[in-house]
Amino acid sequence: MSRFLKVAALSVGAALALSQPLQAGSLGLGTPATPEEIAGWDIDVRPDGAGLPEGRGTVAEGEAIFSEQCAVCHGDFGEGAGRWPVLAGGQDTLTSEAPVKTIGSYWPYLSTVYDYIHRAMPYGNAQSLSADETYAVVAYLLYLNDIVDDEEFELSKENFASIRLPNEDGFIDDGRPDTPLASEAPPCMSECKAEVKITKRARIIDVTPEDDGEVSGMAVD
Amino acid sequence: MSRSSKSHDGPANPSRRGLLKAGIAGAGLVAGAGLARAAGGDPANLPPNVADWSRYLGPGVDAAPYGMPSEHEAQVVRRSVEWLTASRESSINFTPLHELDGIITPNGLCFERHHGGVAEMNPTDYRLMINGLVDKPLIFTLEDLKRFPRVNRLYFLECAANSGMEWRGAQLNGCQFTHGMVHCVMYTGVPLKYLLEEAGLKTNAKWIMPEGGDAAGMNRSVPIEKALDDCIVAFKMNGEALRPEQGYPARLVVPGWEGNMWVKWLRRIEVGDMPWHAREETSKYTDLLEGGKARRFTWVMDAKSVITSPSPQAPILHAKGATVLTGLAWSGNGRITRVDVTLDGGKNWHEARIDGPSLPKALHRFYFEFDWDGSELLLQSRAHDETGYVQPTKDALRAVRGTNSIYHNNGIQTWYVKADGGVENVEIS
Repeated sequence: MSRFLKVAALSVGAALALSQPLQAGSLGLGTPATPEEIAGWDIDVRPDGAGLPEGRGTVAEGEAIFSEQCAVCHGDFGEGAGRWPVLAGGQDTLTSEAPVKTIGSYWPYLSTVYDYIHRAMPYGNAQSLSADETYAVVAYLLYLNDIVDDEEFELSKENFASIRLPNEDGFIDDGRPDTPLASEAPPCMSECKAEVKITKRARIIDVTPEDDGEVSGMAVD
Repeated sequence: MSRSSKSHDGPANPSRRGLLKAGIAGAGLVAGAGLARAAGGDPANLPPNVADWSRYLGPGVDAAPYGMPSEHEAQVVRRSVEWLTASRESSINFTPLHELDGIITPNGLCFERHHGGVAEMNPTDYRLMINGLVDKPLIFTLEDLKRFPRVNRLYFLECAANSGMEWRGAQLNGCQFTHGMVHCVMYTGVPLKYLLEEAGLKTNAKWIMPEGGDAAGMNRSVPIEKALDDCIVAFKMNGEALRPEQGYPARLVVPGWEGNMWVKWLRRIEVGDMPWHAREETSKYTDLLEGGKARRFTWVMDAKSVITSPSPQAPILHAKGATVLTGLAWSGNGRITRVDVTLDGGKNWHEARIDGPSLPKALHRFYFEFDWDGSELLLQSRAHDETGYVQPTKDALRAVRGTNSIYHNNGIQTWYVKADGGVENVEIS
């Protein structure tokens, strides 16, 4: 039995011990959502293109919007200003000491770029970009990441699904548990090792917030 | 000493922190328990004297319509680490675990994690839409939600990034900072199953996508099995309405799974036949492994524990002798069955005492009482859950995952207790 199924079986056992309210079918609560209401809120886009609105935008159009509305945080070329997220570059860094995870180096699907920019960006003025503006900004981000190289490139609902990001195959399913269970390696209880040495100390790094030179939150009277 | 002298006119009140410093300076905590007790109060308030609070009336019943903690507990607050994030609105703060006991987190101390600040939502304007692969797309008001049968469940909520700063080594001094992205409250709400059944799931319904009504529009993909199992749309925490920073007026509860999926200010649930691969399950909340591949959909929070006292923010302030070690353990895979603790860096382990309710996917409180001889200690705790999972060391996790996975660090924490009672976050061989 897989661990997941075992856990599911245990959950059922636990649920039996708890009192479950009766609910016999529909209670007739809620009101039907109209197509207009759904259209106003249903903004998500999937990797297969489901949810994309009609529209189009070019790299050049995207550059103009990006410089005006995005570059103050993300830099003119998606390189990131200060601590704000880097959107371009970082290719071939995923195995390095300090990976640079960007749309071009890490993200698997272009749909996520459209979905996220439209729902949450610009930061502080979300859902302000039109469909055409969003297509244009996404096209510009493809350009910044060297995924398209033509400033005249136009991204649209029609050609959207044909664009693939470099790291689409970079993701694998959850492989846990990836350390031994008690049945495989019962934990040692006594005389487990001869010697113990301190190898790292947070005090040396000294980045914890402080009050009066001491770690914040120290118990006081 | 005159009985009429107000406490602030009395001698300076030496703080426990001052005492600790004295210990560090070499005055020594070995001076004995009597000294610690005598130094810890204003003689005017101690026997045989009679304190003011024993003589004069205190505030009346309406002084605090919504009560707050004693002013002497002012240090028990959420704290943030400013360098962790670029802005305050997409950021994190930490529960003061080192000051708490039991398994319930007070609402005002539950850590916060927002991606677009706190959505300040009017409950009369609250709407929850269910659409997609359903027979009947619906919109619920908050009052509608409150007409469904309710359940009460106690669960921990842990941020996937809890302890994430510690992947490369010991960084932050205090369990508030290393482990404080967790809280545990009693939720009251409607099983998500009932809401989905009200709309009627189509046979090809395999996934749901909860979405927040905040400016981040937080969206995640949740498999339908989980949605129909134990997810709750909650509108109360610890008996009262959700706090605004916890999703007022309604949030999703996803027991045992990473906090990011517990969508706050829940405005919509779409039903679909495949996952959405939203930003928060591709760019974020994916776990980069050493070879360059990343795990996705790492939903469950594995068994974990931490000693909350002694800890860097909760040093030992008494002399040697009777000492209470306490901490928290939890598992997204069920109940905690056992917690082991060591005082000597893992040479020898002792089974701790779990006290209070042991509920699946909830915090568990453990204690280990011991006689401290004043020598240096290396404290660790090791949780076991009902699936047979044993909390691993950080080295065991790093051997499999490397140091860049950011999320899901449930490795064993070590505290170094020095002879003066001070405590540091360390790693050991």
